Amino acid sequence: MAKKEVSFYPGCSSQTGASSSNMMRATQTMCDELDITLNEIPDWNCCGASIGYGGGGELPRLTLSARNIALSEQHNPGQDMVATCAACWLSTREAKERLHEDQNMFRDANTALNEANLKLNNQTPVRHMVEVLIEDIGFEAIRAKVKKPLEGLKIASYVGCQTNRPFGIAEESFENPVYLDHLIDSVGAESIPTYEKKVQCCGGALAFSEPEKSQEMIHGIIEAAYDHGADLIATPCPLCQANVEIYQDQINARFGSKFNMPVVYYSQLMSVAFGRNSKDSALDGQIIRAKSLEDIAGK
Amino acid sequence: MSDLNTAMTERYRSSFLKEVEANVEEGEWVKMCMQCGVCAGSCPLGNAWEHTPQKLFMMIRAGKREAVLSSDAMWMCTSCYNCIARCPRGLPITHIMHGLAHYAKRLGLSPKNQPTQQFAQIFWDNLMKKGRVNELKLGLSMYFKDGFGQGIKNAMANQKLGQNMMKAKRMSAMELFGGHSIKDTSGLQKMIKKAQEIEDAKIQGNS
Repeated sequence: MAKKEVSFYPGCSSQTGASSSNMMRATQTMCDELDITLNEIPDWNCCGASIGYGGGGELPRLTLSARNIALSEQHNPGQDMVATCAACWLSTREAKERLHEDQNMFRDANTALNEANLKLNNQTPVRHMVEVLIEDIGFEAIRAKVKKPLEGLKIASYVGCQTNRPFGIAEESFENPVYLDHLIDSVGAESIPTYEKKVQCCGGALAFSEPEKSQEMIHGIIEAAYDHGADLIATPCPLCQANVEIYQDQINARFGSKFNMPVVYYSQLMSVAFGRNSKDSALDGQIIRAKSLEDIAGK
Repeated sequence: MSDLNTAMTERYRSSFLKEVEANVEEGEWVKMCMQCGVCAGSCPLGNAWEHTPQKLFMMIRAGKREAVLSSDAMWMCTSCYNCIARCPRGLPITHIMHGLAHYAKRLGLSPKNQPTQQFAQIFWDNLMKKGRVNELKLGLSMYFKDGFGQGIKNAMANQKLGQNMMKAKRMSAMELFGGHSIKDTSGLQKMIKKAQEIEDAKIQGNS
């Protein structure tokens, strides 16, 4: 396999001691196995996420992402900018497109960037890691790397919102994307193509500010996975992962349910299937242990 | 009531739609709404909105300025982008909702204790300090936003969650002492200050 180099934008929650540091570890393991080199963008900043609109106006918000693209163009020229976080990817791609369409906004963003001695050319493709896997690596190559198929595991693919809308993955439907099912099948597990909560919102940032409303939605996401006999839920999104995993105690107390459903990243599934151990696959970063995956990893 | 709000009311006396078109992010799209209601039916928190996006669009055209801008409706947006994906007219509804919420806040008209609005500002202030979000301080600021007593109560109620996160190394007490940061914080802050000045000047010029 040809070695691939990408300009990597990890995002705040991927940092050591942050809420999706486990995703970062599994992503690194997965990329090592697939011979993808992650060249971290030096001094990258927060993208503003989906809640940044309240405090920051349009231009300040777009400028945050413009800084990251400018740094990527300066330090990792010729490489696609790749994010693993749904919000990072969405904000960056949104900024790239809006600054492309609106020349006044582009000029204003560059005036602001000049204060930090940076300049945006805005020529860099902004991609999600999932696009790299599907379009550059391919399901067949992923299948060929599998040493320990995840046999006997039934996994609900929870794509969530922002990896899917408004941009989504090429040739996938907004209502029923299937790439995550294909990934699950590729590593030898059983997907649930009819899992109806695949693109249901988890509440996003409102899981924090409006917990009652959000937990009702999360309850539905987990309940449907149980209804389909799922052993695990897998997701590409750090906020989806956290929201669906960490509030299960509170949801059980609120709704009288007895949920104890592990929620993992696709990168963790791949790391285990590629033969790496629990630690490399960041299974120790679960709040709800993914025992079935640990068993396969320990074999 | 803020001076900017007074100035805007004066200037756009006859047309709230024009005010939205000139000053709200993606506001020029509002007039394209054909009132089909797909956005309202597609919103995951649809029934929590005082006025659905569909209704807000009609209210803007009907000049219901106060009712729109003082509503907590737009703050119910979870940024799921379902409305954008489904709108048959291709309106960037999510962005318009964000834009309306931000504009109402800028004018000082949005409801003061709306939790998502408070969270949004706390988030922005948090990321501006170091250029990256400090999750621990973000959580604590949210718990303590309504005072010390309530903060302790909130922290106690979520104590187990915090312990779980620490145990999984997905939360770090070290974040209280500095925490993650970009190197060029001063460059980033100057850059954002400039962006804010440009945007403020544009909106002031419209007032």
